[in-house]
Amino acid sequence: MFPEIISSRSVRDSIDGFVDYLVMNYADGLNSMSEPILAALVWLEQLLRNAPWWSIIILTMLLAYGMSRRIAFSFGMGAMLFLLGAMGLWDAGMQTLSLMIMATGLSIIIGIPMGILMSKFNRFRSVMLPVLDVMQTMPSFVYLIPVVMLFGLGKIPAIIATVIYAVPPVIRLTDLGIRLVDAEVLEASRAFGASSTQQLFGVQIPLALPNIMAGINQTTMMALSMVVIASMIGARGLGYEVLLGINRLEVGRGLLAGLGIVILAVIFDRITQSYGKRKQIRGAR
Amino acid sequence: MSKIEVRNIYKIFGKHPEKWLEAVKQGMSKEELLAKSQHTLGLKDISLSIEEGSIYVIMGLSGSGKSTLIRHFNRLIEPTSGQILVDGTDVTQLGKKELEKFRQKTMSMVFQRFGLLPHKTTLENAAYGLNVQGVGKAKAQETARYWLEQVGLAGFENQYPNQLSGGMQQRVGLARALATDAEILLMDEAFSALDPLIRREMQNQLLELQSRLNKTIVFITHDLDEALRLGNRIAILKDGELIQEGTPEDILLSPNNEYVEAFLQDVNRSKILNAGHAVNKTRLALTMRTRPALALERMKQYDYQFAPVLDGNLIAGILHLSDTEQAVRSGLRDISSLVKDIISVPASTGLDAVLTHMLQSDQPVAVTDENDEFIGMMSRAKVVELVTTDTPSTDNGNGAGSDPENPDSASDDNPAEKSANTTDHTDNSSQADDTGKSA
Repeated sequence: MFPEIISSRSVRDSIDGFVDYLVMNYADGLNSMSEPILAALVWLEQLLRNAPWWSIIILTMLLAYGMSRRIAFSFGMGAMLFLLGAMGLWDAGMQTLSLMIMATGLSIIIGIPMGILMSKFNRFRSVMLPVLDVMQTMPSFVYLIPVVMLFGLGKIPAIIATVIYAVPPVIRLTDLGIRLVDAEVLEASRAFGASSTQQLFGVQIPLALPNIMAGINQTTMMALSMVVIASMIGARGLGYEVLLGINRLEVGRGLLAGLGIVILAVIFDRITQSYGKRKQIRGAR
Repeated sequence: MSKIEVRNIYKIFGKHPEKWLEAVKQGMSKEELLAKSQHTLGLKDISLSIEEGSIYVIMGLSGSGKSTLIRHFNRLIEPTSGQILVDGTDVTQLGKKELEKFRQKTMSMVFQRFGLLPHKTTLENAAYGLNVQGVGKAKAQETARYWLEQVGLAGFENQYPNQLSGGMQQRVGLARALATDAEILLMDEAFSALDPLIRREMQNQLLELQSRLNKTIVFITHDLDEALRLGNRIAILKDGELIQEGTPEDILLSPNNEYVEAFLQDVNRSKILNAGHAVNKTRLALTMRTRPALALERMKQYDYQFAPVLDGNLIAGILHLSDTEQAVRSGLRDISSLVKDIISVPASTGLDAVLTHMLQSDQPVAVTDENDEFIGMMSRAKVVELVTTDTPSTDNGNGAGSDPENPDSASDDNPAEKSANTTDHTDNSSQADDTGKSA
């Protein structure tokens, strides 16, 4: 037996006490802070679910074309989305899609500035790296509990859990991308008297863009893999279908919903990747 | 007053450079510093003075600190101590905003690996300096277009850098640097990444542009041929120390230590040195009116087989000893009818061309300056001495005696004194006298 050095019960109790304290004192405040996010999410979900299905498909195809400039590719993407609807998963798919877009958007808004800060300040970086490691390896159920306690069941905790799980890649790859920017190009811009803002937006971010896009791509993939877990705390959509399949031992329902998730993943993945690739080809030296 | 004054620049790389500065100033060596403190000595007491409108070449092998030094001029690297004065303003004292302004307006830079923005077109790249300054888009692009045309890239405005060859990319870099109209151009091994033919082409282009623009150019290179070709003055760095500074001729003709000599080993001297360097200053020159008897006496006095004959300051021809003897016997009044034609070359002729000349005929050759005025006679021994890579030493064996050297007396009407072409080589002209006497 390993000798008991720290009484784990007391540690546990104090953590529980801390979370209770947070819930008692800050839950309302946090809830009202998350209000705009919820409103935006509900609006997006309504929009996607109420819009005619063909308009969503056309929109996706246009987006795919805009990102890749390849016609066959965009038709392929449209066909995938059509398949999702044909499997009877349109409504659930749109719910998942809106959650995804919201979570990815938040991840990008949080992740890119964090990545930029990490690339600029080595000290911040050395603090953030272990934090990111924890975020990526800590089982998501662990932070689902306090998040649910704070925000209750529903969409907001689902989004927060998704963001915590999905944001590390975009942070890491933004940091990496900026660090990998050719030192001589950056030096050239300094030599011509560019301010640090001009360097950041004129040189560093544009040159890091292929890497940042790879980060965004990874983030969307990870966010998608969270939908089943998120459905356990009240987010509906494809994940909920999978969950139902598990609960009722309906293999077919689970498999189809799982395929639906895969389809969304492929669409997201290919579209973001093709954009990064196009940038890279043009920017290749 | 010179355009750029570099005063006692020290650069120590490491965590606490200021702590070791005093020790380095007391003469601590690079190795000692590294062993004691893990600090690297980048530059040690560098002082330079760069004239306006000149091309100043800083040369050294990799690790000699030349790229570090050039980055001090626009403070891409901060000096540990020392001053850099540009037009009398101390660059090291500028604040952040002032420094940005200074970099935008006063100095522009060309980089070894070009440093172009890969996501921008050629035109946008050339306009980059102006965009940073906040010049309006139309105006910036118009200026950029003009400079792209000047460097020979008209028609490539909408290409991306990766679609261009190395030489073309560097032209874009040059256009970008010129477009800001800065008076000072810093070129950090600008042509080193290019292949030899393109490099030569770019050097020519730079010289051509410089003849029109008259910028102050600081040029970094590890290639001595390039340094000698471009530089008005050359500074040679080794391990962060300045070991020689001077005109290309100074460096070539009197290297002041083995390091510089080693550098000079592979240089094709006949391309850099010209006929002016191989002239023996004439001590005796005859004129058309000289009496044959006097001519004979003078020539006999110094044992010369022939002597140059002048018409004013121009070379008229040459008088042979045998002809003079005949003239004395037949009692001619002056030597004008005996003067033979002579080949003359301008002082700027490369020694390689002179060599060809000398191999083809054994006739004496006269050297003239840019106004066609006579400077002196070409010395064969000296040509040979200059093109061989061994450092010049006192040379007494004079070309097997086949070619009598020029007269060497303190004649008053000595045109060589008047033409100032060879004034830089005082130490060399004493050798010239030696060779002349032995004739």
